[in-house]
Amino acid sequence: MTPDIKPEIKPERLLTITGLEIEGRQDGKWKKVVKGVDLHLNRGEVLGLIGESGAGKSTIGLAAMGYAREGCRLSAGNINYLGKELRQAPESELEQIRGYKIAYVAQSAAASFNPSHKLITQFAETPLAHKMMTMEQAKAKAEDLYTKLFLPDPAGIGFRYPHQVSGGQLQRAMVAMAMACDPDIIIFDEPTTALDVTTQIEVLTAIKEVVRKFNCAAIYITHDLAVVAQLSHRIMVLRHGLCVEEGQAAQILDAPKEKYTADLLAVRRQVKDVAPPKQEEPLLRVENITAGYKNGPAVLHNVSFEVFRGRTVAVVGESGSGKTSVARVITGFLPQTEGMVYFDGIEMSPLLKHRDKDRLRKWQMIFQMPDVAVNPRHKVKDIIGRPIRFYYNPGKKEIDRRVSELLEMIELNDKYLDRYPSELSGGEKQRVCIARALAAQPELIICDEVTSALDQLVAEEILKLLQRLQQDLNMGYLFITHDLATVRAIADDVVVMYQGRVVEHGPRDDVFTPPHHDYTELLLSSVPEMDPNWLDRVLETRQKKTA
Amino acid sequence: MNFLFPVIVKRTGFALLTLFAISILIFAGLEALPGDTAQAILGQGATQENLEALRKELKLDLPLHTRYATWLGDLARGELGNSLSNGRPVTGMIGWRFENTLVLAFSAAVVSIPLAIVLGLICALYQNSWLDKLLSTSTLSAISLPEFFVAYLLIVVFVVQFELFPSVAILRPDMALSERINVLVLPCLTLTLVVLAHMMRMTRAAIIGVLSSPYIEMARLKGVKRAKIIFYHALPNALAPIINVVVMDLAWLVVGVVVVEVVFVYPGLGQLLVDSVSKRDIPVVQASGLIFACTYIFLNLTADVLSILSNPKLRHPK
Repeated sequence: MTPDIKPEIKPERLLTITGLEIEGRQDGKWKKVVKGVDLHLNRGEVLGLIGESGAGKSTIGLAAMGYAREGCRLSAGNINYLGKELRQAPESELEQIRGYKIAYVAQSAAASFNPSHKLITQFAETPLAHKMMTMEQAKAKAEDLYTKLFLPDPAGIGFRYPHQVSGGQLQRAMVAMAMACDPDIIIFDEPTTALDVTTQIEVLTAIKEVVRKFNCAAIYITHDLAVVAQLSHRIMVLRHGLCVEEGQAAQILDAPKEKYTADLLAVRRQVKDVAPPKQEEPLLRVENITAGYKNGPAVLHNVSFEVFRGRTVAVVGESGSGKTSVARVITGFLPQTEGMVYFDGIEMSPLLKHRDKDRLRKWQMIFQMPDVAVNPRHKVKDIIGRPIRFYYNPGKKEIDRRVSELLEMIELNDKYLDRYPSELSGGEKQRVCIARALAAQPELIICDEVTSALDQLVAEEILKLLQRLQQDLNMGYLFITHDLATVRAIADDVVVMYQGRVVEHGPRDDVFTPPHHDYTELLLSSVPEMDPNWLDRVLETRQKKTA
Repeated sequence: MNFLFPVIVKRTGFALLTLFAISILIFAGLEALPGDTAQAILGQGATQENLEALRKELKLDLPLHTRYATWLGDLARGELGNSLSNGRPVTGMIGWRFENTLVLAFSAAVVSIPLAIVLGLICALYQNSWLDKLLSTSTLSAISLPEFFVAYLLIVVFVVQFELFPSVAILRPDMALSERINVLVLPCLTLTLVVLAHMMRMTRAAIIGVLSSPYIEMARLKGVKRAKIIFYHALPNALAPIINVVVMDLAWLVVGVVVVEVVFVYPGLGQLLVDSVSKRDIPVVQASGLIFACTYIFLNLTADVLSILSNPKLRHPK
């Protein structure tokens, strides 16, 4: 039936979903979130489900197990697993299938492992409940799977508690847990989204191995096309609870039929033209900063870089590399033990409380999570108006005028004045946060992972907005991110951090062209590309290098 | 477990500091009351001369800080002084009564804590069912009634109507265990009804709070049965808030039973305290106050330690 799978062997059909509708409860009414989706899955096949948040991809993934989250219900359609209808099956019947025949790998392993029990007890829970194995056999199986998934110390790691294991390792331990009963189907729900690129590649490799070796089928849910390209045979693009397009992976990637798919593909290819270097005095100069948290070792060692007016410096690195700590030193939350921060050539006091109001005004911050960065009980006009009153206090009329002006700058309008944050989308909330930063008329804006909580298309809009604002207002940006596609799209200069040190720094194109520092190389080569052979290629080159 | 030691030392230090502050408060509080022991002993008709003489005898004429220092010094040596009203040593008066109070509190705790937790778990398991609503409503009604009213209600039913238990709970040394239990049933039941709702609702709320965690969803997606999810996956993670409420209620069982003791004429510390306040027997009031404070502080210390122990991140550091 498909060119990839040999036509003479009729593939075993595991799962067929037809006309699936799922409703969610909103303000006391049931509203459709998935509006009639068909999908099927054969043994040995990986189906990629892709779409932005709210597209219904996780909901569909869970529905494949006959599960609907609190406040949702599977209202219509059929979910047929090997001849069994799961949609209206009683809980007792579903318990026999869940975890045993159809297993689930969640987005955040750190949150999805029970903090009170050891990994091995959680691994063994389902096989023991189904009397498939004894505890001893389960331990042996776990060790075997941990080895196959390249976990360090496979014999001992199971006896640790979740908090004693790193995020990437936990994610692999969760894949192992899903494999415990040799299920027919595994649902992967964004299993690498919360990971660094360098860790993501390990988990992707592990998943690919597992599906190949155990001949099971998988549904892989993600918002990242490049990731899904590495694993899937078929891809289904979802939007607003409907299927936009479905087809073979290569067809979707090379020749998408729908504009929406094409837009998704285009996002990662956005590149900023690097502005020519400027000769003037830097706006911000960080010189030989060493800093650490109370009673802990230093998290930053001799960090130095500069930010110029009208230019963007991106600080990149994986989690724990110290990039957020740099921002905390600059803003005065984490006083440095050595080194100095200069603003416009003037020394800044390390302590926030010793800095005067006007200096504070000149640096503003935009945060990662717009949801928690705004007060849910304040209206948009209060959120944006507050810094104006705090720094300038020009009187009510003038504040209103400024707020309207700012709303226009962030491409919103006066209709938003009286709305509460809960009435805004994620992208709109982030725009309001940008307006709040602009309200102080800053010279430097520190952006801490401002797009990582947003969908790709929305993130792209935000990046464009930030760029336009930079050109109009000649501000300097310090952009903290772990996403190299974002760096390409916005940065003029790049600072690469690793374990609290700057390992490479300079204009973006210099840093991105070889020869690289070893870590930069690792980071750059770990960013997934659309090419479906990318993962195999990278692993091959890495093996050659170590050989 | 060695990480626990500095924590306990630190908390004990704070506990002693709190106790010191409380001793000042108790002393100052009693000083601030109108009238003094001499006045109370001699009554309204006492002449100024007699009062002066008695005050001198009881050393009430010395300045405040001197008396406080003496009292604190005696206290440190375990010397609680003599009762002002009958001259007997305070230790002797308090000792057996405190024991009685502890017996009552302990038996109420043995009944109410497991009951509350199990009922809380059942409520969480069958959330919003008729059983959950029934349990919530009935325990809440019990807590909304004043405890003396609950006590009289029980007396009406179990003493007057059915004649099952005695209405007066007097313990004598020659009583057999079965007799003692028989005597304790009603006060114990009253206390249980008063503290049950607290602990049960906290257990329910803590469990329900944990039930929305991703690891509970994961357990469901692993096909784990609902009862096992509640007991095995949710309860261990909900222990800290439950422990805190349980211990607060334990403290109340020791300290707050005055009214119940009075209703059942139970010879506990609470009754002694009430009597001594009316007699202005300051050494007894001070000693009782301090014992209650110690109980509170000790139980809170226990709660802190248990909460730490219930957290795997602290029990098994990286």
